[in-house]
Amino acid sequence: MPALVIAEHDGRTLHRATLHTVGAASACACGIHMLVAGHDCAGVAAEAARVAGVSRVLHADAEHLGDGVAENLAPQIVALAGRYSHILAPASAFGRNVLPRVAALLDVVQISDIIDVLAPDTFRRPIYAGSAVATVRGLDAVQVITVRGSAFEPAAASGAHADIERVTVTADSGLTQLLERDMDGGERPELGSARVVVSGGRGLGSRENFESLLGPLAKSLGAALGASRAAVDAGYAPNEWQVGQTGRIVAPQVYVAVGISGAIQHLAGMKDSKLIVAINQDADAPIFGVADFGLVADLFDVVPALGGSFASPA
Amino acid sequence: MKVLVAVKRVADSNVKVRVRDDESGVELAGVRMGINPFDEVAVEQAVRWKEQGVATEVVCVTCGAAACGDALRTAMAMGADRGVLVETDLGFDLLPLHVAKLLLAVIRREQAQLVLLGKQAVDDDCNQTGQMLAALLGWPQATFASGVEIAGGRARVRREIDGGSETLSMPLPAVITADLRLNEPRYVTLPNLMKARKKALATLRPAELGVELSEHLQTLRVTEPAPRAEGVRVADAAALIDVLKAELAR
Ligand SMILES: Cc1cc2nc3c(=O)[nH]c(=O)nc-3n(C[C@H](O)[C@H](O)[C@H](O)COP(=O)(O)OP(=O)(O)OC[C@H]3O[C@@H](n4cnc5c(N)ncnc54)[C@H](O)[C@@H]3O)c2cc1C
Repeated sequence: MPALVIAEHDGRTLHRATLHTVGAASACACGIHMLVAGHDCAGVAAEAARVAGVSRVLHADAEHLGDGVAENLAPQIVALAGRYSHILAPASAFGRNVLPRVAALLDVVQISDIIDVLAPDTFRRPIYAGSAVATVRGLDAVQVITVRGSAFEPAAASGAHADIERVTVTADSGLTQLLERDMDGGERPELGSARVVVSGGRGLGSRENFESLLGPLAKSLGAALGASRAAVDAGYAPNEWQVGQTGRIVAPQVYVAVGISGAIQHLAGMKDSKLIVAINQDADAPIFGVADFGLVADLFDVVPALGGSFASPA
Repeated sequence: MKVLVAVKRVADSNVKVRVRDDESGVELAGVRMGINPFDEVAVEQAVRWKEQGVATEVVCVTCGAAACGDALRTAMAMGADRGVLVETDLGFDLLPLHVAKLLLAVIRREQAQLVLLGKQAVDDDCNQTGQMLAALLGWPQATFASGVEIAGGRARVRREIDGGSETLSMPLPAVITADLRLNEPRYVTLPNLMKARKKALATLRPAELGVELSEHLQTLRVTEPAPRAEGVRVADAAALIDVLKAELAR
C-alpha cells in the first residue's frame, strides 16, 4: 500500500516542508499519494503533481477546507485513509494541529516528529527536548506520522506527472471559524527554510537593539531572523521568530546565535544546523557547547562590525 | 461552566536527563519531578476564570502511577477545586491516545464544558493529547493558545502558528491547549500546598471508567543524540567574518 502525504500549503503554493515530508515518505512505502485539501487550490494540486515520487494527487476542494481548520480537515483525511499504510504530515504547527485528530479518529497512535525511518514501522524521534532519542515501533495497521523536515532531504519539486483525482469532499463540521490570520509578511526569507538564520536573545537588551543590530546583519547575510524565548517574552521579537522546543525547529546552513545562553530548550530547535556561530560575553555559556565557532565578546562591540562586512546578500 | 484541566507529572525541565546505560529509557530515579510547564499555564488559566466568575468549578485530572497525584496537589495548591487520578499500571507505555480515552471517560462523568491542557509535555514532546481528546469528543479544538476569551457560549482563541498567529471562534464545549505565552502561572505557596492537602482527590481505575487500553507502540531503545564535533573559539569579529564568508561561498 502507498503512503499518503498531507500537503501543507496556503492555497497558492506548496509549503516547502511538504517536500521534506515526501522525502520521509519515500523511505516508508513504495508509492506516494498526496492530498491537497483546500479551497480554489487547483494550482497547488498541479504543483503537487510535479513533485518527484508522487504518483497521484488527491484534490479535495471546498470552501470549508480553505482555512485548514482541523475539524474539517481531519474527517477528510480519515475518509481517504483506508487505502494507505502511512499518513504523513510535516511536524509544523499545521501538521501538529491536524494529524493527532486524524489518528484518534482512526483509533491509532501518532508518532510525532520523526527524524529517521529505520523500517516501515520503526522510527527514531527526539524526546526531552532532544536530550535523548527514542527508537519506536508502531504496531497499528496504519502509521500516522509527523515529520521533522530538517532531518530529511526534500523531494525534487518537479519531474513527476502525477494524475490528479478530484475526491469527494466530506461535510463541513460547522464548528470552528477563522476570524483573522496575521502573518509575518516581511521581505526576509522564511525562518523554516532560510539558508542562514540570525537569532537574538535576551542579551540584546531591547527591541530597538534587536532591530538596529540584528536587522542589518540579517539583511547583509540574506538571513531570516530568529529569537530565544526570553527575547520573545521580553517583547524584543515577535512570537513567530521563536526557535526551540516550543517554537520553530530549524537546521539552516548557518545559524548565528547572538546574546543567547543556549538553554536546552533553545538548543532543541537549532542544534542540527550545519554551522553554528555564537557570540556571547560569557565564556561558560552553554551555547558554546554546540557552536562550531564561538566569539566571547560584548555583542554591542562586534555585531555592528559584522553587519558592515557583508555588502550584498549571499 | 465547569472546567477540566489535564495535567502530567514530568521531570523538571531544568534538569538535564540522562539516558540509562542499558538504553531502556531515561533515568528518572532521583530526578526532581513536577507539573509539566504547559499544564501549569492551563491550570492558571482555569483558576483565573474561577476567580473572575467565568468558571464555576475547576477539576484537575491526571493519568499514571500513584505518584502522579503530586501534580494534582500542585494544581489544587494553585486553586483547582478537586482532583481525579486515573491510576494506570499497563505494562506498556501510557501514550497520548490512551490518556485521551481516559480523559474522555472522565469528561463524560464530569459533564465539563471546557477542557484545558498544555500543548505538549516536555518529556515525550508528543503534542497530541488535546487534539486526540477533541476528536474523540467531537468537539472543536484550539491548540497552542496564547489568548482566550469566553463569552456568549463561545471561545475566541488567539493561537500561535508558524510565521504568525491567528484568531479562531468556536462554540463551547471545546478543547483548548495552552502555549506558554497564555499567562504567567502563580507561585505555589506553602500555605496553599497545605490547604490543597484537604481538597478531594479521587482515584479511579480505567476499568471503573469502562476503558480498556491496548498496546500500540513499543519503545525499542533510547539513546543519546549524536554529539556535535568540538568547536573552536575565534579571537575577534574579523575571524568570524572570515568563517562566515568561507561558509557562504560554498
Ligand atoms: C517548557 C519550556 C519551554 C521552552 N521553550 C523554549 C524555546 O522554544 N525556545 C527558547 O529559546 N527557549 C525556551 N525556553 C526558555 C529557555 O529555558 C531559556 O530561558 C531561554 O532560551 C533563554 O533565552 P536567552 O538565552 O535569550 O536568555 P538568557 O538565558 O538570559 O541568556 C542571555 C545571554 O546573553 C548573554 N549576554 C548578555 N549581554 C550580552 C552582551 N552585551 N554581549 C554578549 N552576550 C551577552 C548572556 O551572557 C547570556 O548568556 C523554554 C523553557 C521552558 C521551561
